[in-house]
Amino acid sequence: MTARTAACPNCGATIEFRWSSAVQTVCPYCKAVLVRRDVDLEKVGIVSDLPPTSSPIQLGTEGRWQNDGFVVVGRIVYRYDRGGWNEWYLRTMRGGDAWLSDAQGDIAISSLAKQPGLLPAATHLRVGQWYVIDDTRFRVASLTRAHYAGVEGELPFTTWDRDESLFADLDSEGHGDTLRFATIDYSDDTPVAYVGTYVELDQLAPKNLRRFEGW
Amino acid sequence: MSAPAVASLTCPQCGAAIELRTLDQALSVVCASCGSILDARDPNLHVLQEFTARQKFTPQIPLGTRGTLKGEKWEVVGYQVRGATIDGTTYYWEEYLLFNPYKGFRYLTQYDGHWNDVQVLKAAPEETMSGGRPVVTMHGETFKHFQTATAETYFVLGEFPWQVRVGDRATASDFVAPPRMLSKEKTEDETTWSLGTYTPAAQIWSAFGLKTRVPHARGVYANQPDEFVSRAGSMAKRYLLFVAVIVGLILIRLLTASRETVFATNAAFFRPGAPADSLAFVTPSFTVSGRTSNLEVTTEAQVDNGWAYFEYALVNEATGTTYEFGREVSYYYGRDSDGNWSEGSRRDRAVLPSVPPGQYFLRVLPEAEVPTPFLEYRIVVRRDVPTLTPYLICLALLALPPIFVALRAWGMESARWKESDYAPSGDDDDDD
Repeated sequence: MTARTAACPNCGATIEFRWSSAVQTVCPYCKAVLVRRDVDLEKVGIVSDLPPTSSPIQLGTEGRWQNDGFVVVGRIVYRYDRGGWNEWYLRTMRGGDAWLSDAQGDIAISSLAKQPGLLPAATHLRVGQWYVIDDTRFRVASLTRAHYAGVEGELPFTTWDRDESLFADLDSEGHGDTLRFATIDYSDDTPVAYVGTYVELDQLAPKNLRRFEGW
Repeated sequence: MSAPAVASLTCPQCGAAIELRTLDQALSVVCASCGSILDARDPNLHVLQEFTARQKFTPQIPLGTRGTLKGEKWEVVGYQVRGATIDGTTYYWEEYLLFNPYKGFRYLTQYDGHWNDVQVLKAAPEETMSGGRPVVTMHGETFKHFQTATAETYFVLGEFPWQVRVGDRATASDFVAPPRMLSKEKTEDETTWSLGTYTPAAQIWSAFGLKTRVPHARGVYANQPDEFVSRAGSMAKRYLLFVAVIVGLILIRLLTASRETVFATNAAFFRPGAPADSLAFVTPSFTVSGRTSNLEVTTEAQVDNGWAYFEYALVNEATGTTYEFGREVSYYYGRDSDGNWSEGSRRDRAVLPSVPPGQYFLRVLPEAEVPTPFLEYRIVVRRDVPTLTPYLICLALLALPPIFVALRAWGMESARWKESDYAPSGDDDDDD
């Protein structure tokens, strides 16, 4: 991955890109949300500081998943009335991407479904319904209305003008290694499905994890 | 660079310092000094609930204690006391929330000195029915429904990744496959499944380096491993192996025993006259050859509704070693309202366990009470005769440990299920 640098149009600091094709990034110094316009970066807003997190993942964390190396380039913090979670955006060595979600220490990796089939409209979603996504049967386990509580790093889209989104979490049959999960994201007009598996942090052979004092 | 692992906050209610150990994962935190439950996500820490607990509890593992349990490092960050009220009695248990930034959350539960190491499951296991009872299967293992009760939160301390309140209620169902237990907690909002593993208190105490005395567990807990059940199974298998070995030994003995007749004689006993002593006689000398083996003396007397008693002495001519033994032969028969009956036998068999080879004779003193004027009898001495008695004694003795363990296992199982929703009705303490 070729490292590219640019100057922050807001504070002038040098911003180093981990992913050269990022659509959006946040200046780590002045927290300006910057969107790429051709070769220039345009400031579209300012985000507040993220609260201290206990997530072991951070921007720049590297690891391996399904025989492909990855690096964490961006993060969206979601919040809802009964909790919150992090979605870390991964770029892989082979040029792919994935999302690593981390909710209360439960880690899952997912990527865009290849054959999402016909996804239900938000108004038709019910807990307990079954859907086939990528040849796997999934059952709707919960529906969560969440909003962006923060953002950092590089992302494949711009997050600036979004508010509340509906997420459907689905689980496959099986347990442990056979258990898979799917998420249907209703942030945009067209629902988007992601499928993935739960993982233990150690399975990712992670490097450059966040270090905590005393741990 | 290390990020701070704790955030320091101030209680808006009483001004006391509060340490937040799970940072952005905490949704509520309890002020240790005034007991207010605070919204940990709110920068102003607004009060969710003022202290309402009727009773204060002290955790056995203090908050902030770190330990290494089953190879993983954990810190105690939350504590709650919950209870279920059954037939007017409230049964309390403790729940400790453990945290490790690299591993997430884990729980320890404690009831009556019984501890469980609990992990929340990512997906619900399969619930079915078997033999009229709900069961849950996971990883091919069947968990039997044990109990369903309403669990209420009575006391909280520390921080939680959910909005905790005193008075929270959930329907809790336990399914057991010792040493594991699956628990389902259902609230209006969600259903959570967790998997507990029975963990002896001593292991918890050493994991967290606790200096207090290890508490003693009372009774049998729902998923307490039943060492006796597994032992009874393996012991029964081992016993069957013993039986097979002993049957094999018996077969070998039956096939290889020489049963060599070393002496036989016919004699008669005349009733009238003569004092008892004069009836005594000695047999001619006979040779017992081969290795030291048992010696069988068979006495067959034609008694009819009478008895005969023989006082024997087997004497080794060379060493003078004497084996003395008395044998009785009695046989009675007749006919009554139930038909023909008989009692006793005309034949008696005595076995001397180990007799070395050599020259021997028998001294015989017969005595009898028979209706006939004389009694014919026959004495046969054989060496190396197979006898089952020691084998049977051996089998009986070897059966004792498995029988003992099976009884213990049965006792433990009935004690376990007595506390469940499936207790035999006779155990209910109804006053009517």
